[in-house]
Amino acid sequence: MGFTFKNDWWKFLGLMLIMYSIIAGFLVKLPLLDPETDTIRESMRNLFFHVVMWFSMMMMFIIGLVSSIRYLSAFDMKYDRLASQAVNVGLFFGIIGIVTGMEWANFTWGAPWTNDPQLNGAAVTILAYFAYIVLRSSLDEDHKRARIAAVYNIFAFVLLVVFIGILPRMASNSLHPAAGGQPSTMATLDNTLRLVFYPAILGWILIGCWIIQLRLRLADIQHRLLEM
Amino acid sequence: MLLNEIKFLVAKDVRLELKQRYAFNGILLYVVSTIFVCYLSFSKIIDPETWNALFWIIMLFAAVNAVSKSFVQESLNRQLYYYTLASPQAIILSKILYNSMLMGILSVLCLSVFSALMGSFITSYPVFLIALLFGSLGFSAVLTMIAAIASRTNNNFALMAILSFPILLPFLLVLMNVSNSALAGGTLEENIRYISAVVVLDCIVVAMAFVLFPYLWRD
Repeated sequence: MGFTFKNDWWKFLGLMLIMYSIIAGFLVKLPLLDPETDTIRESMRNLFFHVVMWFSMMMMFIIGLVSSIRYLSAFDMKYDRLASQAVNVGLFFGIIGIVTGMEWANFTWGAPWTNDPQLNGAAVTILAYFAYIVLRSSLDEDHKRARIAAVYNIFAFVLLVVFIGILPRMASNSLHPAAGGQPSTMATLDNTLRLVFYPAILGWILIGCWIIQLRLRLADIQHRLLEM
Repeated sequence: MLLNEIKFLVAKDVRLELKQRYAFNGILLYVVSTIFVCYLSFSKIIDPETWNALFWIIMLFAAVNAVSKSFVQESLNRQLYYYTLASPQAIILSKILYNSMLMGILSVLCLSVFSALMGSFITSYPVFLIALLFGSLGFSAVLTMIAAIASRTNNNFALMAILSFPILLPFLLVLMNVSNSALAGGTLEENIRYISAVVVLDCIVVAMAFVLFPYLWRD
């Protein structure tokens, strides 16, 4: 089974899109903001790296959620492995998202961590998914672990999405856009930025799927080695 | 059918509790001694926000302690016996109902002891009590579900905190918002947004527990 363009075009596409987003992200002309009030300046380019991480993380967690639901309806261990790997990759994106965000916040807001609803939401999400990993490691029977982890995954995801969806919009003092009835980031985004932003999201999601696929194969090989 | 089962199961839990007086008295003592420790270390709180934060943190730990026993208290054999008698939905709903009642009583007692020792900053009691009521319902619903998950593992109590805190934290933030406003004399109309958010979340948690618990139960 080698690399065939017919089957693996999406990996190629993902790589190309990320390359494009890095190159274009540093070259694209930024929209002019009022120099008096503007604290973002050139660091706006972090949009293509930091914000993209959250979208990719959410996508990975959605993949995890869907596979947990499918596990509970079919009881096929394949879905359990997929859910756990999707959560791992989602956490990886989340940690990169936090690190890039702290760097950005240090520059624009003057401190790496501010008491902002969106920051707290991100931190809570990551804590909850680390708890998922701890839960998995404290159960040693395969099918029992799969079932209980799936239940926790669904429970936590729904609650966290509700919280993250509601809380930042209810808070009137968020530093992020989309707080207190303001339009969201997407609505105010400049058109030239969109041309880089959307492909970057797609690219990172595709790469995330590729990492999941590789990790699944690795887990499969390890499983077979144990059985030998 | 379901309602009948719930009624019997809640009555069973209440009777068990009245007979043993083990969980409730233990938790009550836990709350009182925690508040006393706070009283000795803070002596006098002058800032309403600190008062509020301290109160809800004590409530959070009391809730974790009170609910964590719900599934490990009874032996596996007896749980198997319930399994043959009642539907899993009836079991989880009855546990949530019983734990909310326990938490409701506990939170009122906690509030009175806390106010007696630390002084009270509450200016608008209806808002604060509503937040307390729906807060204890939400706490006990989330924690009952997490207790059911954690009871299937080996290190029950540590997991209970790890699994529940991230999920409860945003809950706690909304509740603290409401009660902070109650301390500052906010009216019911000003807080209706937050209170309805808490009510919606309570409903979501109960609905999820209803759907997901059967998967935990069957072993």
